[in-house]
Amino acid sequence: MNNFTNFTKGFIKENPVFVLLLGMCPTLGTTTSAINGLGMGLATAFVLMMSNIVISAVKNLIPDKVRIPGFIVIIASFVTIVDLLMAGYLPALHAQLGLFIPLIVVNCIVLGRAESFASKNGVFPSAIDGLGMGLGFTFALVILGSVREMLGSGAIFGFKFIGDNDGMLVFILAPGAFIALGYIIAIINKLKKA
Amino acid sequence: MAKKLESTFTNMVIVLTVISLVAAYSLGSVYNITKDPIEKADLKKKLDAISLVAPEFNNNPNAEMYKVAAVNPSPGLDSLEFYPAKKDGKLVGYAVKSYTMKGFSGLIEVMVGFKVDGTINNYSVLKHAETPGLGTKMGEWFNNTAKPKQCIIDKNPANIKLKVSKDGGDIDAITAATISSRAFLDAIDRAYKTLQEGGKKDE
Repeated sequence: MNNFTNFTKGFIKENPVFVLLLGMCPTLGTTTSAINGLGMGLATAFVLMMSNIVISAVKNLIPDKVRIPGFIVIIASFVTIVDLLMAGYLPALHAQLGLFIPLIVVNCIVLGRAESFASKNGVFPSAIDGLGMGLGFTFALVILGSVREMLGSGAIFGFKFIGDNDGMLVFILAPGAFIALGYIIAIINKLKKA
Repeated sequence: MAKKLESTFTNMVIVLTVISLVAAYSLGSVYNITKDPIEKADLKKKLDAISLVAPEFNNNPNAEMYKVAAVNPSPGLDSLEFYPAKKDGKLVGYAVKSYTMKGFSGLIEVMVGFKVDGTINNYSVLKHAETPGLGTKMGEWFNNTAKPKQCIIDKNPANIKLKVSKDGGDIDAITAATISSRAFLDAIDRAYKTLQEGGKKDE
């Protein structure tokens, strides 16, 4: 697999949300608007790339039996770093996403990539993999966030295009997240077959 | 490719200890770097809220903050913070940090400003977890002076009922967000009652 396909596989072919169905909790929780999805996606992408780099660099120094605790500590450190940096420099976004940032630690995508890719490959491919997967995750969250924001509050990235109170409330609430996600996955599957 | 370390007891202990030490060191450094910006961001948010809600002042309300026991408090949150606003030494109003636990998703914190006679000057929502697109509208719903039936600005709670109209009050609730509206008015009401019962501090 060359670096290019390695990078692009995260977008459609192995998209973490639409195809692998990993990390559903932050996906459904944060995508009430496109901008929230974008923030959450980029934070996850950063953690994913950094933890992939570090884990692939130290993979031979970590004995197999304790690799999961080792990975988790590394991932948790990067998540806390993102949390602190966001609180310090992007307080508005942090107020919106606050609850979900610490949850990146247990996001299956991050540990999944560490386990299935970074622990078997070199530093550079792992960085590419992390970046690609992270951006794929961001892409999925922005799509889902946009759909829910458009249907739910008649706006996209905060710009309203229909009047007040005309949105379909259900798409902002949790059930709408599942419905929207289900339809997007169906469309992606259809496109993949075609 | 270098050989993987064996899973012996000593190896595992050493590796996990080293990883934890490195993690602790890097977190400590990042914490030190971001400590100041985080404190500044929090303080700025508070000061912005005070200057938004209180009548025009030129003292430092943050330095003169005092706490007053809240009227029918929720457990663990038994006092409200009062920030007196003074102009040239004369008291012109208060900014009160109030809260309610009745939000759709629990705690809502608001900063509400009163003039000396108890008229609501302005408010600002500090913290909430309400539903985006519904409860979140409280930031611009209750201060829309173009719609007097839903606006609380320049009203004196002594003359009106701070309740949603469904409950026999004088304020129209946010469309499709009655619970958030009730909670919001509960927070304002708590601030007002606390101000009346011991919140006024005479010089």
